Amino acid sequence: MAQMKYFYELTISSSPHIHSKMTTQTIMRDVLIALAPALLGSVYFFGFRALMVTLISVAACVFFEWAYCKVMKVHCKVYDLSAIVTGVLLAFVCPVTVPYWCIIIGDFFAIVVVKQLFGGLGRNIVNPALAARAFMFSWPVIMNTWVKVGFSNAAGIFSTADAVTAATPLASMHQGQLPSEGLLDLFLGNVGGCIGETSALLLLVGFIYLLVRKVVSLRIPAAFLGTVAVLSLLFPMGNDRLTWCAAQLCAGGVMLGALFMATDYVTSPVTKLGQVIFGIGCGVLTVVIRYFGGYNEGVSYAILVMNCCVVLLDRIGRPKKFGTPKKEVAKR
Amino acid sequence: MAFSFFGGIHPKENKWYAEKHPVYPFPEPDILVIPMSQHIGAPCAPLVKKGDPVTMGQKIGDGQGLCVPVHAPVSGKVKAVEMRPHTSGTMMMSVVIENDHLDTLCPDIKSRTLEEAQALTPEELMQIIREAGIVGMGGATFPTHVKLSSGLGKVDTIIVNVSECEPYIVADDRLCQEYPAEVVSGLQIIMKVLGLDSAHIALEDNKPAAAKALKQAMEGKDGIVLDILPSKYPQGAEKQLIYAVTGRQVPSGGLPAAVGCAVFNAGTCKAIHDAVYDGMPLIRRIVTVSGDIVMEPKNLLVAIGTSFNELLEAVGHKENPYKVLSGGPMMGAAQYDLAVPVIKGTNAVTILGQKNKYIVENARCLRCGKCIEVCPMNLMPVLIYKAMYTGDTKDVMAVDLMDCIECGCCAYTCPAGVPLVLGFRAAKQRVRDAQTAAKK
Repeated sequence: MAQMKYFYELTISSSPHIHSKMTTQTIMRDVLIALAPALLGSVYFFGFRALMVTLISVAACVFFEWAYCKVMKVHCKVYDLSAIVTGVLLAFVCPVTVPYWCIIIGDFFAIVVVKQLFGGLGRNIVNPALAARAFMFSWPVIMNTWVKVGFSNAAGIFSTADAVTAATPLASMHQGQLPSEGLLDLFLGNVGGCIGETSALLLLVGFIYLLVRKVVSLRIPAAFLGTVAVLSLLFPMGNDRLTWCAAQLCAGGVMLGALFMATDYVTSPVTKLGQVIFGIGCGVLTVVIRYFGGYNEGVSYAILVMNCCVVLLDRIGRPKKFGTPKKEVAKR
Repeated sequence: MAFSFFGGIHPKENKWYAEKHPVYPFPEPDILVIPMSQHIGAPCAPLVKKGDPVTMGQKIGDGQGLCVPVHAPVSGKVKAVEMRPHTSGTMMMSVVIENDHLDTLCPDIKSRTLEEAQALTPEELMQIIREAGIVGMGGATFPTHVKLSSGLGKVDTIIVNVSECEPYIVADDRLCQEYPAEVVSGLQIIMKVLGLDSAHIALEDNKPAAAKALKQAMEGKDGIVLDILPSKYPQGAEKQLIYAVTGRQVPSGGLPAAVGCAVFNAGTCKAIHDAVYDGMPLIRRIVTVSGDIVMEPKNLLVAIGTSFNELLEAVGHKENPYKVLSGGPMMGAAQYDLAVPVIKGTNAVTILGQKNKYIVENARCLRCGKCIEVCPMNLMPVLIYKAMYTGDTKDVMAVDLMDCIECGCCAYTCPAGVPLVLGFRAAKQRVRDAQTAAKK
């Protein structure tokens, strides 16, 4: 019996030998699932062109990711789904009337310039979708045309000529006046704006899914939205405090930004304290730009600016290691 | 009392495989391989040579300094004294014994009556513990007599570790269910040596049967407290356990004695009892043989020196194993040769199937920060990993690489599949090499 020998092909590796079920792919898949309600809502509010813009954006992102890897002969990881997430998010921050050529240029900028040239997934400094949006403001008229909400006066899939333009709630709020739309419409998303940003409700539904799946934590969104809420309560610009605060939270891109853009793993701090400061910084900058800026929406720029502070915030937020003597804690 | 620590993970416990199987003695094989190094510290020098007859419990290796002797687990003849594969992955000088199946007891082994045992002084007890070759049986295998002598006067809290947090392993759980009186008796000997009249037994809330058995055994014995801790990995890690029980943090780079604590595994307590009352050295231990492809998971009382091959055969498996581990899946060492023997620190043999295959090519960190959330040492694995690639020894020290306990929480959690622990092990080795080079 002792002479019996077994010849198995045993694998040798370092511990641990088991792994949690969460992978990059499942995270990206969960983010896509979380964005689905807002996408469906956008079709309801803006018509099928919203879906078309999103699909084209996704296709372009995936193509550019694949093509870059082919041309540069690097390991291709399109299957991690991150390019799809970027595609959806970029479409979400564009008006529904955006021409297809324009969003494809944006996709190129997001994937190739912002993401791959910095080293690919995990290495980019700023959020690709938001950076591409900032880049697309090279065509300010395109990026600043807002259509009246409603399926009937939606922009056509091929032509946007029939669309009825209208101002967004943010335009009046920039002047310090409450928007003409009611708070309920703002919350549900029945207002003008970018494709995916209008419905606070549907974005929250998706975000709760991410929370339940433990993909994201509450720290950044809570700090971001909390700061916006506190500042708008303190400085209501002569309006009713609570209504003004609710309108600030539901209007524009603050929900999409706080729930899905600022929480982007790659471009947010990794430490708990860093994340909270990051969220507060985003909130302050958003309100400052909204109140005093030339342009009436500040979320995307606030996040882009804070993205650049991440290394610093991680240094500030470094946790105190287990077993640090009390004296040393004070020194640090 | 804090009763928990920061970070940690909840991997699938998978304890049900072996949990209900009572410990039964595994028949000694014909050939046993006894490595000369089964503890942290200097390896023993063999005291026997080829052809020598040995008796069960006879000392066959001993050494100086941080070292405990090893003993023959069976009687028979020394077949060879040569290099053999060891669970650490290296070759190790070993005594190979051919079993004569007579189990002739070594004449030196004498049992003691209760009175005799109680008359022993702490110094005598420590000597007995050393001579019995007792080491920490949770896996770290630190010589127990050194822990006791270095803790004299410093330690005010004794903790018995039954927080077996690794998936699959139930050896200590079964031990406490079946030998609770021996565990408590061993603990009382430790208390006597350290001159303390109180102690804690800490176990996780997923072991109610063991808790019940221990409670019964503790009845009428003052000073021993049973602490039920939440089930979380790595609850059984020494520093985390001390923090959970006492709220004290072992300083970075320090030993538990620095905060007045000494932690002993339940198996060590039983071994101390056996050594003091029965005079029996540490030649057998309980091993959980389990895994997701095992047909009949078992808890076996195995003679030290039994090869993994024998254990695999005893439990059977449904498919060709993907990995065979000495220990559990979180911290166990993958074996390449199943001729390796069970040693004093082998608490489990875990056999994993192909579905545990997890290889990510070109793993890219997502910066999700989940490794920081789960790190029980409150380190930043993501930054350590970065520093390893972009910096030198000074940079990795600055991000506290050396405080890593290699528990595997970060690598288990990492969604991108970055081989964090593998990298940290390599980096630690580089740092140690650099430090030795600097000393020269």
